[in-house]
Amino acid sequence: MEKTWNNKAWFFVLPVLLLVAFSAVIPLMTVVNYSVQDTFGNNQFFWAGTEWFTEILTSSRFHDALMRNLLFSAIILAIEVPLGILVALAMPKKGIWVSVCLVLMALPLLIPWNVVGTIWQVFARTDIGLLGYAVASMGINYNYGQNPLDAWVTVIVMDVWHWTSLVVLLCYAGLVSIPDAYYQAAKIDGASRWAVFRYIQLPKMGRVLLIAVLLRFMDSFMIYTEPFVVTGGGPGSSTTFLSIDLVKMAVGQFDLGPAAAMSLVYFLIILLLSWVFYTAMTNVGADKAPKRDQL
Amino acid sequence: MIDLSWMAWTWPTAIFFVAIFGLIALMGVWEYVSPGGHPRVGVLRFETTRGDRLFVSLLGSAFLCLGWLWATDLSLWYALVLCAVFFVLVFSLV
Amino acid sequence: MTATEPTRQNEPMPGPGHSEAALQSREEMKSGRFRLKALVPTIYIIFLLFPVYWLISLSFKTNQEILSGLTYWPRNFTLHNYSVIFNDPTWYETYINSMTYVVMNMVISVAVALPAAYAFSRYRFLGDKHLFFWLLTNRMAPPAVFALPFFQLYSAFGLIDTHIAVALAHCLFNVPLAVWILEGFMSGVPKEIDETAYIDGYSFPRFFFRIFMPLIASGIGVAAFFCFMFSWVELLIARTLTVTDAKPIAAAMTRTSSATGLDYGVLTAAGVLTIIPGAIVIWFVRNHIAKGFALGRV
Repeated sequence: MEKTWNNKAWFFVLPVLLLVAFSAVIPLMTVVNYSVQDTFGNNQFFWAGTEWFTEILTSSRFHDALMRNLLFSAIILAIEVPLGILVALAMPKKGIWVSVCLVLMALPLLIPWNVVGTIWQVFARTDIGLLGYAVASMGINYNYGQNPLDAWVTVIVMDVWHWTSLVVLLCYAGLVSIPDAYYQAAKIDGASRWAVFRYIQLPKMGRVLLIAVLLRFMDSFMIYTEPFVVTGGGPGSSTTFLSIDLVKMAVGQFDLGPAAAMSLVYFLIILLLSWVFYTAMTNVGADKAPKRDQL
Repeated sequence: MIDLSWMAWTWPTAIFFVAIFGLIALMGVWEYVSPGGHPRVGVLRFETTRGDRLFVSLLGSAFLCLGWLWATDLSLWYALVLCAVFFVLVFSLV
Repeated sequence: MTATEPTRQNEPMPGPGHSEAALQSREEMKSGRFRLKALVPTIYIIFLLFPVYWLISLSFKTNQEILSGLTYWPRNFTLHNYSVIFNDPTWYETYINSMTYVVMNMVISVAVALPAAYAFSRYRFLGDKHLFFWLLTNRMAPPAVFALPFFQLYSAFGLIDTHIAVALAHCLFNVPLAVWILEGFMSGVPKEIDETAYIDGYSFPRFFFRIFMPLIASGIGVAAFFCFMFSWVELLIARTLTVTDAKPIAAAMTRTSSATGLDYGVLTAAGVLTIIPGAIVIWFVRNHIAKGFALGRV
């Protein structure tokens, strides 16, 4: 759509600007102020310079949390994206079953995050949970409260359960937007199932897949509630991801300075990743537009 | 007047934010005087405007400073020189 | 693709009727494979529903039955756990608290997002793309980063433990979400409609409320639903900003579970109650779920 240049449109955006500035810019400014100072409470602040940043950047606690979080995000993406594509491809395309599938699949997405944690906390217990009981009766010594590996597996399975549907829904939306003519052409050409996927479905899903990867990466990078409810960041600190560590520091220990410095480093990483994904997203869209004209 | 003591303002951070907002305002004025944002395709191989280049410079500078703090014990003022070089590079190449 | 070009030119394109019949016969031919294909979503949905079933099943059991050993369905079916919640004000008031701030947030988010989304979908203006990106970064920002400054900010305004504080704080991610979703829907409405209305002598507010809003009614519904949902599922900020008067049900769950030595029956019953609002409304937005979760970009 051709848009007209009109700077008066700013007045329409003004309410959003003011509201989001109030709830995003003022807190961020405060975080910057805290990050260069030390406090002992009572609103008494002392200049600390870049001390906290140096401390955070060189502390193994932060490095470990960051590495754990990156590993977690990588595993999540490696499982959820292929699984999501597979389920989306196998979903029915017409009839009442489409609606039933969509509604049932979306259900985990609408459950409050701490309830997701509670569900899995109970479900994975060996004494009262179905999953834990089944695993234990297979003779596996499974205890997510004691064994770090079991805790990781539980948290990852929980996230797959919680969020794979998002990938499925997005891929499905991309798939149904492919015109029937494409499949007909492929049929005439005698294209194999793999060729149809590789040259028709995957390129058409490209844009939505990018959004899916963006959202899954970002949300797994800031995950807090679900693992916190299930494992509390433990055993030890084996499932302490960035957000859990940050909240522990800020709200638990009330270390304003280090917590603020860590928030800023965390936020800058998020900002960089958002920008990379956003640029990729807009440029993928821009690549597609001229092609449509050529067809 | 609302009590702002909880925000714990200091002169350096105040100057920092005034500088950032000043840059954004300057960008606005520049865009108003010569609209279009001078889009071009640079070394990153996608189209960027002046605003994009400013954002890349600022974000890159932030990471340069963090890297400086992580790698050396030297004063951060040296890193600022590096940032200035980075600014020039981004505005001429990207 | 180029190698197959001649074939396509020689053969006439099959008509829609033809292709439908062909597809049908193909499906009948491969009905064995078709059933196999249906297996994947079926297994996936079963995997999704098992934990939910377990939650519901536990909520109808007595605590004694839960702890005495594993039973696959409630042997002594009881509504006791639910009656505990509905008879205890400290429980059901948290439910009302959650509803209150969620609805407040929904109204605020959609109200401010409507004009902004209209501006983004219809006009180009100074810094529009950067503004759009900045809104996105707020959706991506971790709530953990904002928990502490939010606490300080709302303390300074004396708003701690009020519903409006949580509602405003949730605007951080819900306003960007609403703007993105609505912009997606509004871009689907042709601009000629605006122009025709102006030629017909409609003023802008009259056009916007009488013609434009009915056209994107489903979009407004979807945006409202997603604001509701994301405010409803969020806990970290809501818990940080409340003490007792505006405490959300999610926070009540964490507290009670530790205080009374894990009352699993009541805990799971409260969990079931928090799933219900989403489960009820989901049917109405089923065709737009993907669009909502993808920030209107599908």
